[in-house]
Amino acid sequence: MTDFLINWIANIPGFAVPFALAALGLIITEKSGVLNLGAEGFMLMGAMAGAGAVIVMGGYPLLALVIAAAAAATLALVFATLTIGLRVNQVISGLLMVFLAQGLTSLIATQQGWTNKAFTGLGKLPLGPLKDIPVVGPILFNQDLIVYLTVPIFFIAAYVLTRTHVGLRLRAVGENPEAADAAGVNITLYRLAAVIIGAALVGLAGGYLTVVVAKIWVDGMAGGRGWIAIALVIFARWHPWRALAGALLFGCVEALIPRVAAAGIGVPQYFMLMLPYAVTLGVMVWTSLARSGASSEPSALGQPYVREERH
Amino acid sequence: MTDPSGTALALDAITKTFDGFRALDAAHVSVRRGEVHALLGENGAGKSSLMNVAAGLYAPDSGRILLDGTEVTIDGPLDARTHGIGMVHQHYKLVKPFNAIENILLSDPGERYGAAIDALTARVREVADELGFELDVTKPVGTLSIAEQQRVEILKVLVGGAWILILDEPTAVLTDAEGARLLETVRALAKGGHSVVLVTHKLNEAIDYCDRITVMRGGRTVDTVEAKGISQSDLTTMIVGADVHEQRAPSQSIGAPVLQVAGLRAARGDGHIAVRDANFEVRSGEIYGIAGVGGNGQTELSDALSGLTRSLAGIVTLGGTTDITDASAEERRENGLAAIPADRHSKALSGTLSVADNFAVGGVLRGRFGSWLRVRRRELEQAAGEAVEAFDVQGVRSLKQRAALLSGGNAQKLVIAREFSGSPRLIVAHSPARGLDLRASAAVHERLRSARDAGAGVLLISEDLDEILLLCDRIGVMTRGQIVAEFDAPFDRQSVGEAMIGHG
Repeated sequence: MTDFLINWIANIPGFAVPFALAALGLIITEKSGVLNLGAEGFMLMGAMAGAGAVIVMGGYPLLALVIAAAAAATLALVFATLTIGLRVNQVISGLLMVFLAQGLTSLIATQQGWTNKAFTGLGKLPLGPLKDIPVVGPILFNQDLIVYLTVPIFFIAAYVLTRTHVGLRLRAVGENPEAADAAGVNITLYRLAAVIIGAALVGLAGGYLTVVVAKIWVDGMAGGRGWIAIALVIFARWHPWRALAGALLFGCVEALIPRVAAAGIGVPQYFMLMLPYAVTLGVMVWTSLARSGASSEPSALGQPYVREERH
Repeated sequence: MTDPSGTALALDAITKTFDGFRALDAAHVSVRRGEVHALLGENGAGKSSLMNVAAGLYAPDSGRILLDGTEVTIDGPLDARTHGIGMVHQHYKLVKPFNAIENILLSDPGERYGAAIDALTARVREVADELGFELDVTKPVGTLSIAEQQRVEILKVLVGGAWILILDEPTAVLTDAEGARLLETVRALAKGGHSVVLVTHKLNEAIDYCDRITVMRGGRTVDTVEAKGISQSDLTTMIVGADVHEQRAPSQSIGAPVLQVAGLRAARGDGHIAVRDANFEVRSGEIYGIAGVGGNGQTELSDALSGLTRSLAGIVTLGGTTDITDASAEERRENGLAAIPADRHSKALSGTLSVADNFAVGGVLRGRFGSWLRVRRRELEQAAGEAVEAFDVQGVRSLKQRAALLSGGNAQKLVIAREFSGSPRLIVAHSPARGLDLRASAAVHERLRSARDAGAGVLLISEDLDEILLLCDRIGVMTRGQIVAEFDAPFDRQSVGEAMIGHG
């Protein structure tokens, strides 16, 4: 039983990282007032690009992760052109990104022969003797580099959002773009940057799925994690740390699925596979019931900004 | 008056056209250093447009801007800032979840964030103390009152180093006492060497608190005069081109009660009980006024009666027999209740819909313009066109134009045209003339009177005692959610005023 628990808990961070990074990316984007429903698409793009990069380069998994982020960011340029440049409805544009990415990743991977091709990805990075500490060692000190990096990434993001001029302006753009514009903030630039950086983080989350977790690319392998990340952002009420907590919760659930199967417990497989989505549903209901007072959603979320000369 | 040591800001022959509409036609104004300068005119006279040119929001088609005698071009609001011009708009440009300091910091970034916050907090506190502003700079501005938000806007402009301060109808949203305090502050600023432009249409403010007055009409400057010694009627003549003076016209025949309110309780959005045990009735053929200092439950009363919020207790009866306590807004309408909410832009009109659609919403629901399956557009547009004509809604270039483009007075006339189109039995009007100029508010008042004379009961909820005294046949004073005193005409202003504050 103890082995089961330690084994389970030690696996949680790896499963939580994609949710955490994707949710953080979405928070950054949405803080600027741009609603990104295309998370699933950007995640697929990152996953496919990461896998492709490892296969083509024959290694260099860290560089492949950077490429995964860059690929999603490139796709985000299309999204930004639609939503910020042409002011196309953000919901439609986001959904469009999902379907575009589904088709595009499938096409490219098949053409290049990357589908179902196993490779050596990024391995664990045990922290010397620390990993031998009983219980704590395997849980905290025998993870991969991205798990270790996730915590400082959250620190930096939370710091920038709340304790810098850039963060103040970004939040102002998402809350009241008119006021921000009057104060001399470049709305287009801030929203563009928020979309690109946000998509890069979602892409990194996708890359993590292939390069670190599965070490293989299969069509549509983001498996709804992008959608769950969107729900996580609402659950976290646009707070990075709450999003991290939510990601750990989903990590728990996901890490449980293979453990239960391995332990030979007689639960139907499809019930287990359904769990993350059932938890999402539960979490959303809880969020909606527990909502206290004012909403913390950025006021201008989903609204394109048009500077009006005359009211 | 302070020493007029020269002209600080001069706008000369400014012309500005919006899609063929000439908003400013060779308008000019010059403001001296250390003076409070009133810019008077009706809605649409071009006051705000001219000041938006000075504040860098509009680029003029032609004309010159001179600062201390040197011609400058102002390229955007930021550039205006660097030239020392700051404007406080009617609609505040504040980020609601941010506190005062963060809002000011947004347009005034120092070096390092933490250090900038500290320096700015000290500076804002200093300026606020100088002006005698009471303000909690750590609370999100969304939780502050309108008057406090305005202080944040003024602090933002002053801390930004503005020497020329433009205030666009600053007292329109304030109570009398708050307005008077603000105007005292403005005088103090002028004494300290600032130049203040006060865009207003309140004559007494211009005469009592300003040094000079510039009057605008139809995009042109009529004249600039010394405030000392000018009479209200002289100014009125300059503003409208003719004398508009409203007279009291009491009701000729008062009939049976059309609205009976007994023990009404209603809460604000945050759960605070704002109306507690309100009792009164409105009879047909009378205008019943609810007077009171703002924030004593007037908005909640208006919302509860028009069906926007549910009342918690009490009975509301319409026409003597129909219990509408729990009726929806739609059912109330069917029973002959018309509502003119105070916030016409958010509760009465949809800015993005056309003038015709805004007019027709009620009629479409009642099936006046065809069935649910098909809307008879031509009929709808014809009815809208007739109403626009009959109610003198100006500035409608096309019925398809968005309602948001209408000025305040004309938006209100459109609301009234719609609400009165079903010959209502009871009209609930909340501050119907707020923010309107003389001519528009006289027109609104005239509509209320003629509805009354046609036999409707009118409930007028207003924080403007002059308006209440001018229009009403009976007055109830509302304090802390209750009607604490009632008065019959003829009214004694003194005792009504005392009832308003005496029960605090």
